[in-house]
Amino acid sequence: MQTPGPFEYERATSVDGAIASLQRLGPDARIIAGGHSLLPMMKLRLANPEHLIDINDLTELAYIREEGAEILIGAMTRHVDLLESELLARHFPVFRDAEEVIADPVVRNRGTIGGSLCQADAAEDLSAVCSAVKANVVIRGVDGERVVSMGEFHVGPFMTVVGDGEMLTEVRLPLRVGGVVVGSAHEKVERRAGDFAIAAASAALWLDGDTIADAGIGLSAVGPTTIEVTRAEDLLRGQVPSEDLFVKAGEIAAEDCMPIPDGRGPADYKRHLAGVLTKRALRRAAARALHQEA
Amino acid sequence: MQVTVTINGEAVSRDVEPRTLLIHFIRDTPGLTGTHWGCDTSNCGACVVLMDGKPVKSCTILAAMTEGHEVRTVESLEVDGVLDPVQQGFHEKHALHCGFCTPGMLMTSRALLDENPDPSDLEIRTAISGAICRCTGYKNIVAAVRWAAENPATTRQEA
Repeated sequence: MQTPGPFEYERATSVDGAIASLQRLGPDARIIAGGHSLLPMMKLRLANPEHLIDINDLTELAYIREEGAEILIGAMTRHVDLLESELLARHFPVFRDAEEVIADPVVRNRGTIGGSLCQADAAEDLSAVCSAVKANVVIRGVDGERVVSMGEFHVGPFMTVVGDGEMLTEVRLPLRVGGVVVGSAHEKVERRAGDFAIAAASAALWLDGDTIADAGIGLSAVGPTTIEVTRAEDLLRGQVPSEDLFVKAGEIAAEDCMPIPDGRGPADYKRHLAGVLTKRALRRAAARALHQEA
Repeated sequence: MQVTVTINGEAVSRDVEPRTLLIHFIRDTPGLTGTHWGCDTSNCGACVVLMDGKPVKSCTILAAMTEGHEVRTVESLEVDGVLDPVQQGFHEKHALHCGFCTPGMLMTSRALLDENPDPSDLEIRTAISGAICRCTGYKNIVAAVRWAAENPATTRQEA
């Protein structure tokens, strides 16, 4: 029988209350949201928090809305709501691509974006998506909020910059104005439906006329954390989208990732996938930016 | 800690450890063993119950997290000897063999039909993609859910 180790449980009734509890209880306290990553980790004794603070009642953290030049996503927003959001699909269809292949519909009724990012599992899809679209995350503590880029958020396997007494409250997706159009896509290969990726690639392209103004590429499951392929992003900037260019970007992604062999496949296969999936994601991102594909 | 969960419309209260999973709370306390305890890792879907009408995997939710919510198990489907259309559909289309996955399949299908009374076969397959059957296969299960969609209970409006 798999059961988590013992812990004390409390329900937060406000964000400030949750932060006060985290502050009071120290490093042995953890936030639980959907619990579909944390509880399995606790069953395996890979996580052993002494206190769980349940934030499922904090419905004020469940939203997807456009505000100013950003889309704001509350930390308690569940996978099912990310999948079904027309606002997200219109601006960043990469979210729908990823959500269709994250676990299964029943699990997606529980898991949240905040939990996914804070779990910091390199094989998880949403971290690559958020990296590709250059998301920032809001971390709140007793002394207020700080905003951190996805590039700075993950500091190692299962580790983030969220400190003791802090919690992630929001994910912010910058919308660019002034004639720039964006396309984005997520490509994943998995052993079976709903599994973690063998490898996955998220890409976003911002086009100014026929030139790539900016690019984002995030890879899942091919390194100790989500891999941001900055060298390929640099290559793409200022260029005109083309198949040759995307092939070169894929080659860089394959070179710059750091897969290790495991039950999901050998390292050279994962490296190959990283290249192919990066190329495909860029191709679809460009087609969407140019309205050649939904 | 004292945990009170509303299961099939009845408040069930028990002093449990905070780590008690919903699956064990349901099976142990009111003795509702229709909900099956399968893989324990949120993969197989045998333990699916409805929480506020949405299917969830009860092996990966703490009982304490469901306090204040409505939990519905497979036992709630049949009323006064009349099977729910999804149960009748499984009977008509021979959609079970060993029966282990059946409670999860039934609850997942019930939730689908509550939200989408006339799903396509693809929508049915997507809905049950978090539930694994190791003997009958999925063809008859899809046919059973389709049967239920085509034969909604007219006498069960009050349920």
